[in-house]
Formats: sequence, structure tokens, C-alpha cells
Amino acid sequence: METIQKKNEEGVTSEMALVLAAKKGDLDAFSQLVKRYDRNVFRIAQHITHNDEDAQDVVQDAFLKAYTNLEQFQGNSKFYTWLVRIAVNEALMRLRKRRTDRTVSLDEDVETEEGSMPREVADWSPNPEQMYGTSELGDILKKTIQGLPPGFRTVFVLRDVEQLSTEETAEMLGLSVPAVKSRLLRARLQLRERLSRYFKSNRGGDESQ
Amino acid sequence: MKCNDFLKELTDYLDGAVNEGLKAELDEHLHWCRECHVVMNTTKKTIEIYRDNKIYELPDALRTRLHDAIMSKCRDNKSSKKTP
Repeated sequence: METIQKKNEEGVTSEMALVLAAKKGDLDAFSQLVKRYDRNVFRIAQHITHNDEDAQDVVQDAFLKAYTNLEQFQGNSKFYTWLVRIAVNEALMRLRKRRTDRTVSLDEDVETEEGSMPREVADWSPNPEQMYGTSELGDILKKTIQGLPPGFRTVFVLRDVEQLSTEETAEMLGLSVPAVKSRLLRARLQLRERLSRYFKSNRGGDESQ
Repeated sequence: MKCNDFLKELTDYLDGAVNEGLKAELDEHLHWCRECHVVMNTTKKTIEIYRDNKIYELPDALRTRLHDAIMSKCRDNKSSKKTP
């Protein structure tokens, strides 16, 4: 549709206009929606599944599912919120398939007290990121977040990496606002605890660990 | 205020979601408690590091491939709907 294309070049086509056009069968409009959100969906899927193939499948399946169910999208929430909800469910399903020995849900390990009380209280180096090369830092960050239960890392990636609000995150995950907040606190504290191993200052720090 | 009470409010404190009265209490605790100060600072840094060093970026070539695959499936889906 020419008008959609033109408007988008100016960066003013609203999400809703694209959704409405896509609902009427305009594939170009849907393509714009894919391009608008594919990076976010991929990042979220990678954080949940920690598997390249799974994340790629999640991106494809989430967008295809959104397209085929577009009729059911009522516009009460943002399209992106609806899309991420689909993507999170797809990602958790794939994670479950890989881990046949145990169930995976957003509630998993929520009662654990691990990480609620900080044990590591040595300060970090002033510029911890500069202690490592880019790829080494990336490996540390991946390895560290992989150790969190899926429910914690999902909340962390939506709130702190994608920078969505607590309310949006709650809506996407079907959780209450207090549940999101409690998972976020634990996720942040556990990540901090684990990263301290790599980033703590050597000068004057407690080296007993 | 005890360290435990401070920790419970840490997420809201870092998100700037505490009211003025509570913020003053938390600030005061931070003023004298070195451990909570370190925990607050390093938690803040943790968030910043994950926010600024986006891991799992989608490479351009893969992005194009995924986009083409999605659109091709959507096209198939659309034509199968038209001809039941």
C-alpha cells in the first residue's frame, strides 16, 4: 500500500495503522511490523532459550502466529505487548522441549531464597567493562544470566534490557505487578552477586572467596 | 531502618519509584551503611552493563533470511485462506 510505505519513510506510521492495514491483508504493512520488532523478539527469545536455533524458530513462529491470529487482536493492548506475549510462550515451550527432565514455567524457583541476601559486598572496579574485551565480556554476561531461573531472566530482560514498564511486563507475562517486582529484585541481586566474581576490585577487596 | 528493609525497597529505589519520605529514609541508611551502598551501586552497574552491552544482537544476514522466511509463510497462509 503506497500510503503506508510513504508515511513510514517519514517515520510517522503508527503501529495501529500498520496493524489495521495488515488485518485487511496488506502484507507490506505486516512486513513493516516484522522489521520494527524482529530484533527485540530475537533478543528476548535468546535470553529465554539460550539456543540460537530455538531463538530463530521463535522469531519465525511468533510472527507467523501473530499474522494468522491478527483477527483476534482487539487493540486493547499494544501490538508489541501482544506479540511479546506470544513470543515468550513460544520460547518457554521450546525450553521445555529441550529440558525433558523438568518442567519450565514462569513460577519456577520463585520460592528460593538464594540471592535474596547479598554475600559479596566488595566494591567493583571503577570501569568493570574495561577489564575485559568485547567478546569476553559478552561471554561473561551470557554465562551469568544463563544461571538464573527462566522466570527471573524473562522478567529481567523485559524490564531492564528492553526497558518496558512493570505494568507492561506484568501484562506480557500474565503476572501481577508485585510478582514482577519480586522477580526483578531477585534477578538483579543474583546477577549482581554472580558478576561480582568478575568485576570486583582487587585493591582492598575481600579475597577470601 | 535495617539492611533487610533497605533491600526490599532496592528495586523501587533504583527505578525512582519511591515517595519522598521513603527516599529520605533510604538515603540516610545508604549514608552510613557501606555494605548497602556497595550493593546499591553494583546492582545499578549490573543493570547498566546488561542494558548497554546488548548481547544477542540479530546479525543483518540472518535478519534478512528470517524476514524472507516469515513473509513467505504469511503469503502461503494468505493464499490458502483465499482458496479453501
